[in-house]
Amino acid sequence: MSVRPNARPGGQKPPFWRDRAKRALIFQLLLVAAVAAFLLYIVGNTQANLEARGITTGFGFLSNTAGFGIVQTLVDYSSQSSYARTFLVGLLNTLLVGGLGVLAATIIGFTVGIARLSPNWLLARLANGYIEIFRNIPLLLQIFFWYFAVLRTLPSARDSLAFGEAVFLNVRGLYLPEPLFESGFGIIPATFLVAIIASIVLVVWNKRRQDATGKRLPAGWISLLLIFGLPLLALVATGVPVTWDMPALSGFNFRGGITIIPEFLALWLALSIYTASFIAEIVRSGIQAISHGQTEAAQALSLPRKLVLRLVIIPQALRVIIPPLTSQYLNLIKNSSLATAIGYPDLVSVFAGTTLNQTGQAIEVIAMTMAVYLTISLVVSMFMNWFNARVALVER
Amino acid sequence: MRNKLMVGMAALMTGPLLAQAATLDDVLENDSVRCGVNAAQPGFSALNDEETYLGLDTDVCRAVAAAVLGDSEKVQFVPLDSVERFTAIQSGEVDMLSRTTTWTSSRDTGMGVNFTGVSYYDGQAFMVASDLGVQSAQELDGAAVCTQAGTTSELNLADYFRVNDMSYDPVIFDAPEQSIIGFEEGRCDVLSSDASQLYAQRMQLSDPESAEVLPEIISKEPLGPAVRQGDDQWFNIVKWSLFAMINAEEYGISSTNVDEMLDSEDPNIARILGQGDNYGEAMGLEADWAYNIIKQVGNYAEMYDRNVGKDSDFAISRGLNALWTDGGILYAPPIR
Repeated sequence: MSVRPNARPGGQKPPFWRDRAKRALIFQLLLVAAVAAFLLYIVGNTQANLEARGITTGFGFLSNTAGFGIVQTLVDYSSQSSYARTFLVGLLNTLLVGGLGVLAATIIGFTVGIARLSPNWLLARLANGYIEIFRNIPLLLQIFFWYFAVLRTLPSARDSLAFGEAVFLNVRGLYLPEPLFESGFGIIPATFLVAIIASIVLVVWNKRRQDATGKRLPAGWISLLLIFGLPLLALVATGVPVTWDMPALSGFNFRGGITIIPEFLALWLALSIYTASFIAEIVRSGIQAISHGQTEAAQALSLPRKLVLRLVIIPQALRVIIPPLTSQYLNLIKNSSLATAIGYPDLVSVFAGTTLNQTGQAIEVIAMTMAVYLTISLVVSMFMNWFNARVALVER
Repeated sequence: MRNKLMVGMAALMTGPLLAQAATLDDVLENDSVRCGVNAAQPGFSALNDEETYLGLDTDVCRAVAAAVLGDSEKVQFVPLDSVERFTAIQSGEVDMLSRTTTWTSSRDTGMGVNFTGVSYYDGQAFMVASDLGVQSAQELDGAAVCTQAGTTSELNLADYFRVNDMSYDPVIFDAPEQSIIGFEEGRCDVLSSDASQLYAQRMQLSDPESAEVLPEIISKEPLGPAVRQGDDQWFNIVKWSLFAMINAEEYGISSTNVDEMLDSEDPNIARILGQGDNYGEAMGLEADWAYNIIKQVGNYAEMYDRNVGKDSDFAISRGLNALWTDGGILYAPPIR
């Protein structure tokens, strides 16, 4: 039996600077203290300097009158509204283009990604060409392409392209008729809601019935019929209580109806098409990650091809697809801040741009803007993580 | 190693305090004045073929360099867009701002900058395509209007249309070049900005005759240089550099006759040129500070005429920018 030479008799503890665990703890505490002191110093120094230079600080400016106009507002806004309102208007415009962009990019991306694997030679080549072109051109250039090269070549307001005297397209944007709902219209969303609830009940019942008896109804088709058929039936039954506000040329521009500004169209197209090319590659890699043996095994059970895809391949592929897909969604939302390059009134343009300049309060405005993007990204991440956990492989 | 670290820490601690020190010392140390200007606004600040910034705003910077460093070429021009400009001056990235910036109360009091005077009295106007047949700004109800982000134009526009009970679609771009493209390609019916800028932008159109500037002036736009708040010495230098040019015009001193004027019997002229008492001393300058400005940059009339006035493409008449003795409102306190 060997005795360690430095072992102390009687189990006496070494001093704390010889104890590795305690030393590590002390160093970590010191580091935390240093970081905290540094942050405190930065904040204090900033405050002192802002005060010394007579720059207004604080968030009081949010209740001041903004005094400038914004071309696209989803909520009531005028130049008499407050800066807090411009913040809201910008935030909603960002969410609008981000939300619709995620939707369109997902649809295009999945379509192209699956087309890329198609046995049809032409279709697969086309999909491949799409991916290689749009993935490799910088996003800002694509935004400029859609805005300056495509939408700016449209005719002027007076020579608009007209589609049936209801829809007009010109260099100022796309003009659509706006539905105005009369009294009694409330029944239609109500029937829509009823149809959705009925569909959910049907699907759950169908699944239980299948588990018990092995028989199943085409629940998907029945639900679709319910969700669209019932409100339509209600619409006809109530005598269509909708009038249309048609856009019409008066003075300089079209008045009435809904206007979709070209800045929005250009940004939305560019973001969707660019991000879709990445999503397509993610979808392709996800499907290819599933070993061919899975398909063969499913076929050996004599499952029809449609069910092989739906029950075997896609659920496994989704597990590979979702984590990188989340990153693409986050990229799309953050990239929407390029809006400022073409004058789409998003959060960066109206709040971190005009508002910052009118108030001169860079620190507050930029901090708020960064907090918004951080929050949006974290919420999207949380949702996608939850979704990922749901489809994740349940190991037995 | 440890010593270097300590020095680094010390520099970090005192760095912001040093930045507070006198701007004049920084300028003398760098041997150049860092001046925030427009990137491309012909007449006020634009690059010529030799890659030199020329214009009325840039000449104001040159005047300050002549007064402080004795050489009007010792200026480092920093092109800024309208959104960046205040942050640049607040943070000390530039020593002065001479960038067609309108002097307003909120900018002067709440943004940590001080305006030193007015180098050009301007006002906001509208430019429309000639074939629209619009005669007055009162007929612009429902028009789409292009203007620049973060300017007083954006605010005046909202006020004007509200007061006159008209509606408009604001189309807001970051850079003036984009506004012109938007106007030419029909994205907007109207281009709105300061009148001086509109005349310059009209010259940039492929066919200047296709557009006209409407007669209405809807706002007061006193444009002038600005400095960081809290440095009174530097504030005085920039302020009096401009006043020296205006005083020189009033007393008939120009870059061509300034050497003969050194022998002038007129005590006003002698005081401006620093013959006898040194009026630059209290600002930390040499006695010949104003002489250098006039010799190297010229008086206000020379600066105006070659950049925006009768010797330039724009040929804008002096109007409000004439001396108070000639029917304008240009008036500088006396040097004495």
